Amino acid sequence: MIRDITIGQYYPAKSILHRLDPRVKLVSTLLYLISLFLFRSIAGYLVATVFLIGIIRASRVPFGYIVKGLKPVIMLLMITVVFNLFLKKDGEILFTVWKLSVTTVGLRNAVYMAVRLVYLIIGSSLMTFTTTPNELTDGIEALLHPLNKIHVPVHEVAMMMSIALRFIPILLEETDKIMKAQQARGADFESGNIIQRAKAMIPILVPLFVSAFRRAYDLAMAMEARCYRGGEGRTKMKPLRYKGRDRAAYGVMAVYLVAVVFVGRYVPLKVWIF
Amino acid sequence: MSIRLEHLNYIYSPKTAYEKHALRDICLEIPDGEFVGVIGHTGSGKSTLIQHFNGLIKATDGKLFYNEENIYEPGYNMKNLRNEVGLVFQYPEHQLFEVDVMSDVCFGPKNQGLSLEECEARARDALKLVGLKEKYYRSSPFELSGGQKRRAAIAGVLAMRPKVLVLDEPTAGLDPKGRDDILEQVAFLHRQTSMTVILVSHSMEDIARYADRIIVMNHGEVMYNDAPKAVFAHYMELEQAGLAAPQVTYIMHDLKEQGIPVDTGVTTVSEAADEIMKVLEKIR
Ligand SMILES: Nc1ncnc2c1ncn2[C@@H]1O[C@H](COP(=O)(O)OP(=O)(O)O)[C@@H](O)[C@H]1O
Ligand SMILES: [Mg+2]
Repeated sequence: MIRDITIGQYYPAKSILHRLDPRVKLVSTLLYLISLFLFRSIAGYLVATVFLIGIIRASRVPFGYIVKGLKPVIMLLMITVVFNLFLKKDGEILFTVWKLSVTTVGLRNAVYMAVRLVYLIIGSSLMTFTTTPNELTDGIEALLHPLNKIHVPVHEVAMMMSIALRFIPILLEETDKIMKAQQARGADFESGNIIQRAKAMIPILVPLFVSAFRRAYDLAMAMEARCYRGGEGRTKMKPLRYKGRDRAAYGVMAVYLVAVVFVGRYVPLKVWIF
Repeated sequence: MSIRLEHLNYIYSPKTAYEKHALRDICLEIPDGEFVGVIGHTGSGKSTLIQHFNGLIKATDGKLFYNEENIYEPGYNMKNLRNEVGLVFQYPEHQLFEVDVMSDVCFGPKNQGLSLEECEARARDALKLVGLKEKYYRSSPFELSGGQKRRAAIAGVLAMRPKVLVLDEPTAGLDPKGRDDILEQVAFLHRQTSMTVILVSHSMEDIARYADRIIVMNHGEVMYNDAPKAVFAHYMELEQAGLAAPQVTYIMHDLKEQGIPVDTGVTTVSEAADEIMKVLEKIR
């Protein structure tokens, strides 16, 4: 169902990851994503995999729940894999389907790309699973604070991001409700050709937009009624402060980075063509 | 001919942190032509329950029979079920989307495959029934007032001529007059067409006035399933479940405690008035 979309959502649990400072998680996620592109060997992938599994275990988010989040990007993944598989012409030819041949380089690239994409998505969703939208905003705001000097409205951008994140589940719920209401009136979203299906979306999209605007308007009113005037001179009730565990987390991240780059480059592990 | 639920369970988002056992072992039967009231505190599972009646939600466990056919059998005609069981959601005005009221009300009949004339004829009937004035038929549904929108949306379901009409808190957020109008029209429809009506409501008064039978939901379970009189006799327990019996129930119990031998089983204001008059005349 539509509620199964879990990307960008918070998953409540009690774990060390949930308690970490959002800045640590933002920076670490970014570093992890970059680290995935620093090596091209199976040994490197092993390190990255072990690290990711460790983080998943530490987050206490059920593995099935994380995998479910991958569903919406399966199409993208397939396209990437197919393109890499068939369009690489160098390397030995492994086998030929019709007029397209798969080479060793093609296969290797396809597998590496797929793994990278999956890790990228899991890595970033782990951050949102363990960080509430509020913390995320605070973290982003703190990290981007220096940009204030060049007149980037950092607070406003962060606020917009957190509102957008917060609205994802609300709008999904709303979509679910509207879909059901139209189905109760005999609407059919599953059959018909592409044009008929696109037309069948109108009874969902119009009420959805109306409701999104209504909600945005209500929210603006509610914020104004509480004297919200943007970031100027605004103080925080719970200012971010690094604790021991946050420093430890930075330490772990540094060890991982060194390990992954070192192992990825210099450990000559080779399995078949990888 | 009826709706029958056997040991129905429903769990939202099973096996996650958001897991919610919304319905527990529900066994119910709703015969044709009955006016059933469903009541319960917020979050007791009323909306979840009624979405099972037309197959919008599939039970995690258990069976649902419509006219003795198990709707979860493979190959069951869901479309037909949705034609026969009309469901008006809470805040149905949020589902309006067409350029004018008439076309919006026609959406249901059109999906049933009726001709344009037939659709419009049914839409007109339905709009008349909910008491929306003719001058609004061609205006945009977004220009109407809240109460008018609600009527238009209810007409959208009525125009499908369902055999069973399910209404989820149709009066939430309406003024007292709008509330009475809508409920009166539903009751009128029930008398006229012997349509089965399932009315979800917060208000004991409303339910007491119209329902033949009351289903009380509490924490996802059926707490009572009986005639109004019998249910309100448990007014103490109802209070513990976060509900209240109609005010007349309290007055009648108070009177009895004060030594006036009235029948405490009356459920509506007019019945109570008659009963008090009768007893007073006897005393005199
Ligand atoms: N789409 C949903 N996803 C998860 N939980 C839900 C959903 N809808 C309702 N619930 C939960 O199920 C329970 C029953 O809800 P509902 O049937 O809407 O109750 P009612 O209509 O009596 O207020 C509530 O605890 C609610 O939080
Ligand atoms: Mg409800």
